[in-house]
Amino acid sequence: MTKGIKDKVVILGMGCCRFGERWDASEEDLILEAFRECVADAGIGPGEIQAAWFASYADEINVGKSAVPLAVTLRLNNIPVTRVENMCASGSEALRGAVYAVASGACDFALALGAEKLKDTGYGGLPRPGRGTMQPLWMANISAPGAFAQLASAYVAKYGKNAKDVKQAMAQISVKSHENGAKNPKAHLQKQISVEQVLAAPIVAAPLGLFDCCGVSDGAACAIVTTPEIARSLGKQNLVSVKALQLAVSDGTESGHNSWDGSYFATTRIASKRAYEEAGVRNPREELSMIEVHDCFSITELVTMEDLHISPPGGAINDVMDGFYNAGGKVPCQIDGGLKCFGHPIGASGLRMIYEVYLQLLGRAGPRQLPDPRYGLTHNVGGVPYQNVCSVSIIGRLEA
Amino acid sequence: MIGIVSYGAYLPRLRLNRKAMAAANAWMDSALLAHGKGERTMANWDEDSITMAVEAARDCLTGQDRRSIQALYFASTSLPFADRQNAGIVAAALNLSEQLATLDVTASQKAATSGLLAAFNAAKATGENVLFAAADKRRTKSASAQEMQFGDGAAALLLGSGEVVAEFLGGHSASVDFVDHYRGQNHPFDYGWEDRWIRDEGFGKIVPPVIVQALENAGVKPDEVDHFVLPCVYGGVAASIAKKAGLRPEAVRDNLAAVCGATGTAHAVVMLVDALQDATPGQLLLVMGFGQGCDGLVFRATERLAALPGRVGVKGSLARRKEETNYLKFLSFNQLVTQERGLRAEHNPQTALSMLYRKRKMVLGLVGGVCPKCNTPQFPKEGVCVNPECKAMDPQEDYPFADRPARIASWSADALAYSIDPPAHYGMIQFDGGGRFMADFTDCDVGSVGVGMPMRMVFRILGVDEMRGMTRYFWKAAPVAASDKES
Repeated sequence: MTKGIKDKVVILGMGCCRFGERWDASEEDLILEAFRECVADAGIGPGEIQAAWFASYADEINVGKSAVPLAVTLRLNNIPVTRVENMCASGSEALRGAVYAVASGACDFALALGAEKLKDTGYGGLPRPGRGTMQPLWMANISAPGAFAQLASAYVAKYGKNAKDVKQAMAQISVKSHENGAKNPKAHLQKQISVEQVLAAPIVAAPLGLFDCCGVSDGAACAIVTTPEIARSLGKQNLVSVKALQLAVSDGTESGHNSWDGSYFATTRIASKRAYEEAGVRNPREELSMIEVHDCFSITELVTMEDLHISPPGGAINDVMDGFYNAGGKVPCQIDGGLKCFGHPIGASGLRMIYEVYLQLLGRAGPRQLPDPRYGLTHNVGGVPYQNVCSVSIIGRLEA
Repeated sequence: MIGIVSYGAYLPRLRLNRKAMAAANAWMDSALLAHGKGERTMANWDEDSITMAVEAARDCLTGQDRRSIQALYFASTSLPFADRQNAGIVAAALNLSEQLATLDVTASQKAATSGLLAAFNAAKATGENVLFAAADKRRTKSASAQEMQFGDGAAALLLGSGEVVAEFLGGHSASVDFVDHYRGQNHPFDYGWEDRWIRDEGFGKIVPPVIVQALENAGVKPDEVDHFVLPCVYGGVAASIAKKAGLRPEAVRDNLAAVCGATGTAHAVVMLVDALQDATPGQLLLVMGFGQGCDGLVFRATERLAALPGRVGVKGSLARRKEETNYLKFLSFNQLVTQERGLRAEHNPQTALSMLYRKRKMVLGLVGGVCPKCNTPQFPKEGVCVNPECKAMDPQEDYPFADRPARIASWSADALAYSIDPPAHYGMIQFDGGGRFMADFTDCDVGSVGVGMPMRMVFRILGVDEMRGMTRYFWKAAPVAASDKES
């Protein structure tokens, strides 16, 4: 029986740059903006970092392949640096690398940093990913919204829902995130919107309209992790520790076997179960103080509520409409605005989610601060519903 | 007995309204208003002569054993490749044995009839079964008469001995370098001469002697012919030639101008299939092909004609129709107008030819695998079984998916992804017996798609690499039309 990662590693410091259309900044500038905040928070010098993990997705338009861009940007003293790329879950993967390194005892201080500069493509939306030599021979002409939009068609068919009710709940999800994002000075989108606006927006990929899609943003976020003992020796109080880090990767069943009905994320169901087990969470609906989920599209957030075993199957619409996930609800979701409004610089997103939970746990979240949060969950998906990697992490206060 | 064992046809679903075409262009050429009646077939943006030939051949092979085919001939004057055998692509899409003789026949409007004569002679000599496909999608200049007269389409015949539905009685060919029009190498459009000269000096003088000789070779008297097929865009020409040759006026077949347009070199075969769908046992058919000379072929329908399993043919294709009144869409589909396609259209991957060769059965034939342990069909064929309860690593058997019934499990209509005909419809296609993959949809109407909808796989253009001259083909899902099941 494995013992898991719970409470072996704490977050010493974190940083996150302002997300958005950063016409003023290249990826190196974003990295530095997040890193400055992070080392100041951690209270150690950059030279004390002994290993680093760098999450960056789109080397087609970014700083290029390998870990060299991070090492050069921060002049990282020839320490081991690894680039991780696991699509939109890359940021969570960087954290997993750094946390495992500290937990193994291989190093005392490890850095996880994710960054993405998306706004240098010349058009809105994500750049078209490299597809290798086989995919151009047979792969459908999909975009990200079109791949995720299909969740809605399958969800409606499976539960016999009225498509209008689902669209209404999706709209409510976006309205809620805009409400939260309006209180976040680092968020890409800080304006409130109405349900009517969402429903009247042009369709991107049916049934997803413009406001059902998250922001395409530039940004960077990072964390320095260490052991609880070292953190205490540095005089840190109120420690935030890692309770669970789980990753579930599709094995091809969804895309190739008719047992999957297309209405849910098989990986999220598995990764969240493992995470609850690792963290010792028995009833997530009662025990989680907040969640940051991968709301790349409103429909993703809707089905994820069920896949995280918080809303019952087919019941997410009711919870959404009841305000269960609102800022004042039982389990606030996307209190920072989420991917929808904080933004989605791909490699940075997993670490941005952790950053918000970290701020909330330390009571540093300003006007959006939740009362006394204890455990927060982050859910970070890379890929498409039928083939993806899903990271579920739980962090919480380290009880002395 | 040598003859036609089976037949099939394919006409694209879209029908461009000629009134709309004339209305768009009459300001510069009011003579076009005279052509502004009826409609022409219009290939979708992802169709070409290869994909249409594949569909016609599939229709023809309804109820036939594909393993009996030893050769495939493909006639077209709009072949996508000047050097890569187009017939070979058709054969691969049909998942025929690679121990096959293939041949492209081209460069004349009579290519199809000349190819048919050659194929019959080959079948006579060797006893082989020959699959013969003809298709054309000719590009025309905007505001030309040809644009209104032409149509896109394909037809296919299975030739052989034994159980024939129409016996080949004989034929004749004449080769005359009468250049009514020509299309030079690397020139996209026809260059033609005066209509009256073509009608009187061409059709009027070159066709009749070939009719006489073909009928004599077949041992048939002119007034015995029941169906006279002569593709010609000029009204009344077939009737006047029939009169001159002593054929009965009621034998003259409609050239399908009002409902289809002239489908190039395929048209003689399209009209023959249309005739076979009307013919009764014992009737005699005379089929002509005109173009730098003339071919004539004579057939007698047999008792087996009625016993052929139901198929789409020309009648079913005509019934499966969707009117298109947007002339600009036609120009767009045929690269006749320079449009802003957006930065997303710039993506232009090279085709890895070694990969294409390695995966040719999968990509061109839609062949997947079936697990020998749990019998789960799967696409693509992989080393480890996709069934989560099995995951056997045993080598899988080939499993062709192209003709399996399929349904939509999930879908979207995507306005963001670059498409020549947005929104791009695609979704998870699930085969009734097992197997699925994320597939592009084609021939879909906005608002008509839903989960559970029955779909049929069709061989289409996936993308065109304009920089390198490569057309990439794969299979897409199209809504099952009611007429797909008709005879």
